[in-house]
Amino acid sequence: MPKHGDSNLRIAPVSGQDGHIPAVVSAERLGRQFGAINAVSSVSFEVSAAETFALIGPNGAGKSTLMKMLTTLLPPTSGTALVAGYDIKRQPGQVRRHIGYVPQLPSADTELTGAENLLLSARLYLIPPAERPSRIAEAVAMMELSDAINRSVHTYSGGMLRRLEIAQSMLHRPAVLFLDEPTIGLDPNGRLAVWQHVQQLKEEIGTAIVFTTHYMDEAEEIADRVALVNEGRLVAIGDVDELLGCYNVNSLDALFTSLTGAKLAQEAGPR
Amino acid sequence: MSPVRAYCTQVHAVTAAEVLKLVHDPMDLFSRAVQPILWLLLFGQVMARVRGLGTGSYLDFLAAGVLAQSVLFVSIFYGLSAIWERDLGSLHRYLVSPAPRSALVLGKAIASSVRAMSQGAVVYGCSALLGVKLSFLPLSLLGVASLIFIASALFSTFSLIIACIVRTRERFMGIGQFLTMPIFFASNAVYPIELMPRWLQVIAHVNPLTFLVDGLRGLMLANGRPHFPFVMDFGVPLVLFALFLVIASRLFSRLAE
Repeated sequence: MPKHGDSNLRIAPVSGQDGHIPAVVSAERLGRQFGAINAVSSVSFEVSAAETFALIGPNGAGKSTLMKMLTTLLPPTSGTALVAGYDIKRQPGQVRRHIGYVPQLPSADTELTGAENLLLSARLYLIPPAERPSRIAEAVAMMELSDAINRSVHTYSGGMLRRLEIAQSMLHRPAVLFLDEPTIGLDPNGRLAVWQHVQQLKEEIGTAIVFTTHYMDEAEEIADRVALVNEGRLVAIGDVDELLGCYNVNSLDALFTSLTGAKLAQEAGPR
Repeated sequence: MSPVRAYCTQVHAVTAAEVLKLVHDPMDLFSRAVQPILWLLLFGQVMARVRGLGTGSYLDFLAAGVLAQSVLFVSIFYGLSAIWERDLGSLHRYLVSPAPRSALVLGKAIASSVRAMSQGAVVYGCSALLGVKLSFLPLSLLGVASLIFIASALFSTFSLIIACIVRTRERFMGIGQFLTMPIFFASNAVYPIELMPRWLQVIAHVNPLTFLVDGLRGLMLANGRPHFPFVMDFGVPLVLFALFLVIASRLFSRLAE
């Protein structure tokens, strides 16, 4: 069961978690302050191996900050987390060895070809030279990038770029793959392709997926469990169906609006 | 894989990626070649007519200074590319990898040194055409290449430190411009230290560019003799580079925050 440090947090019963699946992410009262601003406050949750876990919330809720802390890019100012069994504060190098990360901004080097980007990752993750060609070929085939792999990345479409980044992040077969808004700015076909490939990756390698998104339909369809973050705090976590039942709403959109107070009409501004 | 081999693999990964970018788009090398050529052709030709500088052949004197200046200018703005990569997002690819921060910094420093080598070729070629009495002894060439390598690594790492502290392109440009000119003019690059007022001589003696110029002058010219012992010309930049490498490695993660 997820741990929680926030007394206001409501947790829907978690289905499909038999208690025997080890947690690959275990956040314990994780917090980050920027000066006087609490970007993330005392967030606790667990993600089990081979689970797909979505972090949703309004802009500025703290999702990306949470993601940066879990991937060791940002040190927490309170609490800690175990990722793949390693402490993000005390063992950041070990954490990085066992995770993949696709940040919100495009991270592939556009001045290099797809193949050169993959070789860079293979070297950084210390994949033995003899294994590099087969690992790269496997990733390229899985992400369907064979035709474009020797092209400069600046010629790639948004969807291809995301698939390349996922390929880069999976070469070392990570225990957890963190995806920060992986489909932002993509057309529906691009979004579908990214998720199909991520799903395939999960099935073939058994990697746990933790992703953030603003698309509630994605979270509903893709995630095994969803955590809703608002103003730096975890306000709901659990299986989608049971969350909807627990809050008596019929969609994640409705849950989102209900719990974050985000009125879409107000956000649209005066006409 | 042994820890040393793993470290070298990760340093090589960073350097190879940077060098590949240069191979894909070598235009930067050509555009940077213009400045040292102008210094030698215009400034050097005019100043060669001035008597009383106590430099002997001024073009002979200037060649090493222009090479040092080119290395400085190529390397000191290297941190800007790190900020650019941060803003684009590609730096995160490196920072989330298991490579130690020092391997990332060292890889970038070596890439900067490879880039700076091209300046050496340009200045050598131009100087030879202008009649500078250059030494082409293999040991001299090796010494010059080593000095360029160390100095570029030093200045690029210093630049990365500034980038990690200021973290925005605008601030970096301001500080970069602010630092480059004093480093250049408070050295023996374009005039001998003896011509400087006393207070400037003191600064010149702690300026790493002075040791770079001195070492280059001693090695590049056929009849070159350094003012300081070579051990200082090589040692001071090397020790400073080691110090800056440690500092930059500690600060490098700040670019992701």
